[in-house]
Amino acid sequence: MSTMTINLKIWRQKNSNDPGHFEDYKLDDVNEHMSFLEMLDVLNENLIKEGTDPVEFDYDCREGICGSCNLVINGRAHGPKHMTAVCQLHMREYNNGDTIVIEPPRAAAFPVIKDLVVDRSAFDRIIEAGGYVSVKTGAAPEANLIPVPQDTSNIAFDYATCIGCGACVAACPNSSASLFTGAKIAHLNSLPQGQPERDKRTIAMVNQMEKEGFGDCSNFAECEAVCPVGISIASIAEMRKDYVKAIF
Amino acid sequence: MPSFTEALQSQVGRKILTGLTGIFLVLFIIFHLGGNLAILGEPDAMNRYSMFLHDMGPLLWIARIGLLAVFVIHAWLGISIWLRKRKARPNNYAVYSSKGGPSKQGLSSRSMAFTGVVLLIFVIFHINTFALGETQTVMIDGQETHDIKSLVIDTFENSALYAFGYAFVMLLLGTHLGHGIWSAFTSLTLSSKKASAVVYTIGVLLAIVLAVGFLFIPLYIYFGGGCDAALINCN
Repeated sequence: MSTMTINLKIWRQKNSNDPGHFEDYKLDDVNEHMSFLEMLDVLNENLIKEGTDPVEFDYDCREGICGSCNLVINGRAHGPKHMTAVCQLHMREYNNGDTIVIEPPRAAAFPVIKDLVVDRSAFDRIIEAGGYVSVKTGAAPEANLIPVPQDTSNIAFDYATCIGCGACVAACPNSSASLFTGAKIAHLNSLPQGQPERDKRTIAMVNQMEKEGFGDCSNFAECEAVCPVGISIASIAEMRKDYVKAIF
Repeated sequence: MPSFTEALQSQVGRKILTGLTGIFLVLFIIFHLGGNLAILGEPDAMNRYSMFLHDMGPLLWIARIGLLAVFVIHAWLGISIWLRKRKARPNNYAVYSSKGGPSKQGLSSRSMAFTGVVLLIFVIFHINTFALGETQTVMIDGQETHDIKSLVIDTFENSALYAFGYAFVMLLLGTHLGHGIWSAFTSLTLSSKKASAVVYTIGVLLAIVLAVGFLFIPLYIYFGGGCDAALINCN
């Protein structure tokens, strides 16, 4: 098992009012089998032992399904690998002596809370605007009462895999949230259960996306490249189609 | 439900409008290139084409005003998207790079605002030089008309600045369209992966053809082709 020395340049910011700065760290004995986040855990252990503030970063499941982690590593959201969240990135992707620059996602709509942690509640508010299907509570309806063709179900599932990590916003040169919003709209609008609120949902979510201060989409498709679950920009086209249908 | 004008001002509406106006402008420049290439045809082909346009009378003015409106809307949308982008990311990354793969980030897509603004300034000079420039008159079929051909030849023959300046801006036009054509169709909800790949390739090819077509003429005239093309007023 080989170990390596990694130089880190990490964004440190006390709170949203602090202008923030980069701090350099050197980490010896980094195991190639460590995940990227485990490497940061080791760094934090060292920092705590030294009596300094550990680096704040978001994580939860560490298996690529919760969407909590979202670091911009050497200028790329979630690091160098396609269809991989930071938590599933391993240090074997790096070489001895590498310098790794870690920044938080940068967008006005995602204000920094501390260090690498940003407030992504703008996404929650987009969902609140229409990313749901209203059902009357009571006895759970029989699941197969509404037939869904297999290919429709597959398409809806592809869009439903969005974990809401915000890498699309982080990587977009315009800080657009179109991939996230598009995926959520396309997911629900492709299913029969989503039809009654289809127009209302599309308009409300598109409006909320703008209200939150995300930029316009310029079709860079960088969002698709960084998406840890590979959501296609076709979702943005679906959002546009549904928006036009809702207006006319 | 938002009204139609409100919808046009939404992020989706702006993008669709940018795409529509962009496609209209591409169609216009295809016709424009056709007109330019008339300089290589029969000696009076270009002036005949100019006469045909002028003979359209009020229709020409409607087309001119419509074209100007489309151009202004397209430019305004592009500039406003750029301004919003600056607001949406007030602090830039220290390090930033594309992840490649399906990403369409590159010189063409990242320079849209720059090439667009250069084209906007260029069009103002361009109209001033050719549409508002002083022309001699020439007789065609017993009718007096503008000798636009001589104006074009004189402009490029005698000025390296004009010839190379125009050629350079046409390279920027090609760069703008390299991303722009595909992006316009994508904004107009083109979503199939296969169709998207085809449109992208056609877009890039069309961008190259248009850029080369437009930049060829000033350089051709500057390097002496004007004499062959003019037949008139050439030593």
